[in-house]
Amino acid sequence: MNEPDTMNSSNRLSNAFAKPHPALVCFLTAGDGDTAANLDALVAGGADVIELGMPFTDPMADGPAIQQANIRSLGAGTTTADVLRMATEFRKRHPEVPLVLMGYANPMIRRGPEWFAAAAKEAGVDGVICVDIPPEEDEALGPALREAGIAPIRLATPTTDDKRLPAVVEGSEGFLYYVAVAGITGMQQAAIESIEANVGRIKKATDIPVAVGFGVRTPQQASEIARVADGVVVGSALVDLVAEHGADAPERLRELTAELAGAIRAAR
Amino acid sequence: MTDSTPNSFRNQPDERGHFGDYGGRYVAETLMPLVLDLEREYRAAQADPEFQREFDDLLEHYVGRPSPLYFAERLTEALGGAQVWFKRDELNHTGAHKINNCIGQILLAIRMGKTRIIAETGAGQHGVATATVCARFGLPCVIYMGAEDVKRQSPNVFRMKLLGAEIVPVTSGRGTLKDAMNEGLRDWVANVHDTFYIIGTAAGPHPYPELVRDFQSVIGREARQQMLDRTGRLPDLAVACIGGGSNALGLFHPFLDDPEVKLLGVEAAGHGFDGDEHAASLLGGVPGVLHGNKTYLLQDEDGQITEGHSISAGLDYPGIGPEHAWLKDMERVEYTAVTDEEALEAFQLLCRTEGIIPALEPSHAIAAVAKRAKDMPKDSVILANLCGRGDKDIFTVAEKLGVEI
Repeated sequence: MNEPDTMNSSNRLSNAFAKPHPALVCFLTAGDGDTAANLDALVAGGADVIELGMPFTDPMADGPAIQQANIRSLGAGTTTADVLRMATEFRKRHPEVPLVLMGYANPMIRRGPEWFAAAAKEAGVDGVICVDIPPEEDEALGPALREAGIAPIRLATPTTDDKRLPAVVEGSEGFLYYVAVAGITGMQQAAIESIEANVGRIKKATDIPVAVGFGVRTPQQASEIARVADGVVVGSALVDLVAEHGADAPERLRELTAELAGAIRAAR
Repeated sequence: MTDSTPNSFRNQPDERGHFGDYGGRYVAETLMPLVLDLEREYRAAQADPEFQREFDDLLEHYVGRPSPLYFAERLTEALGGAQVWFKRDELNHTGAHKINNCIGQILLAIRMGKTRIIAETGAGQHGVATATVCARFGLPCVIYMGAEDVKRQSPNVFRMKLLGAEIVPVTSGRGTLKDAMNEGLRDWVANVHDTFYIIGTAAGPHPYPELVRDFQSVIGREARQQMLDRTGRLPDLAVACIGGGSNALGLFHPFLDDPEVKLLGVEAAGHGFDGDEHAASLLGGVPGVLHGNKTYLLQDEDGQITEGHSISAGLDYPGIGPEHAWLKDMERVEYTAVTDEEALEAFQLLCRTEGIIPALEPSHAIAAVAKRAKDMPKDSVILANLCGRGDKDIFTVAEKLGVEI
């Protein structure tokens, strides 16, 4: 470890969800543009949790915006070592902001799940969201993360019925990510009634916080969701700003993040 | 050995869909409930004699099964060794083995009440087979096909359109089969309520590898019986080409517990193993997770998937069905690879010795047969699966031979 990590990961994540307002969770793809400057802008704008996407050649759950971000990042030569370095540097600059890696199984298990968990821990990562490891395949990564003290953050979806829900929430730590639409990232938005009903259903099954994402682009949408959930995840709208504004992206990211954070704080 | 012995090679996967370390259900949570539904429905169909009757009836009267078992006398003479026999699955309706699986899956889709069918295709054979069964059952059909493959395989694109399918060219990635599969999964995840995904090979999340294998096993069951009827014995060696591996599993599976039958799977070595220009996931890849299953993959040291290359668009996939991964580790099946060049020679050899124009995919198997037959005694028997006909490939072959048509 580079320096003593005075705050452990479960503290950072639980602190973020213990604030008086719902948490704003912001996603960017690592290695797409100036990641350090872009992440700093998210924090400056008021992001409560950072999700750093690990680029993958085959992002099956992502819509065009994040697919393109993956292609740009890999095209620029981003490696797993680079992603871990970005995390390490972020942790040095922001000792208290929770950092979650999000991505697909293959890059995470390529050198073995234990290797990945240890490297992520050393980089100061608090949680990991793996899109294509459902509870049924938990052993591919979950035990290694838990052993290393990193929260495996599970996804629940509109298709997760009551029979499956206990298996999904069991073994999820930090928070539960509710995917609001049956679909891919950055596309249509779910009706708030459906989100409210599903979040209510999930909260009956677990005490951990529930953050809602997929299709959330505007402060208005964020505000509506903040009324019914513990956190709001925004990804594609931020990734779009990186694509459009390149070197000028940090300022735009800070603006949008501030608007989203303001809307969430005013929501209740 | 029989099916029931504890040491059978034929009792995979386990109840979680694992073939040893491989297989499984590595899918997004949105798809998990559907994948579990599919498994329940498949178990019910397996226990339903009416399902089996309908499947068999369509295979007989629509597909044209059983396909012949053919002794290739002139090829055998030309090679000067083992007798070569072909299972003629290229004579099926639509010209390849793909239709066997599509019949089975569309019957499942109908059982599940799904009203829309999607599929991915590389060379277009699975796309044509899917479009065919959709026309037959009157269901709308969307085929995802890499933009590059749309260009390379224009006759099949037109066939699919004639059959009423909508073709969606996929431009993400390099625009080949794996990208088409990504796009198919994206469609599925957004339309799970009414859509059935007909996966074309024995890969993907459980139960696909198992059910595709089961539907394709008609190839090996017929061939095994035909061999016994015609020669009074089992073959010494059974050979099939491998992209995702469905025709090979279909041929091999009924022979897995016949220890006297050696099994040989033939991957595409493309331009050879000196560089990355091949599509041999088992011989040139390492285990990882892609498209819902754990299996051997072409990938770099960071787990990024690399693109395969083969003269045959149907073998050009960076993964392989998980059961092959297990059979390789168990050493029950031997795997080898042949280059584009060797496949092209074998293609021409079969045209001239037997009057059969094979697809470029089984041309790989024929190339491997040519190499092995020479060193085997004349009373030994090789059985190879001729899994597709070559009409679709004549343009590619003409270009490689420098002929304008």
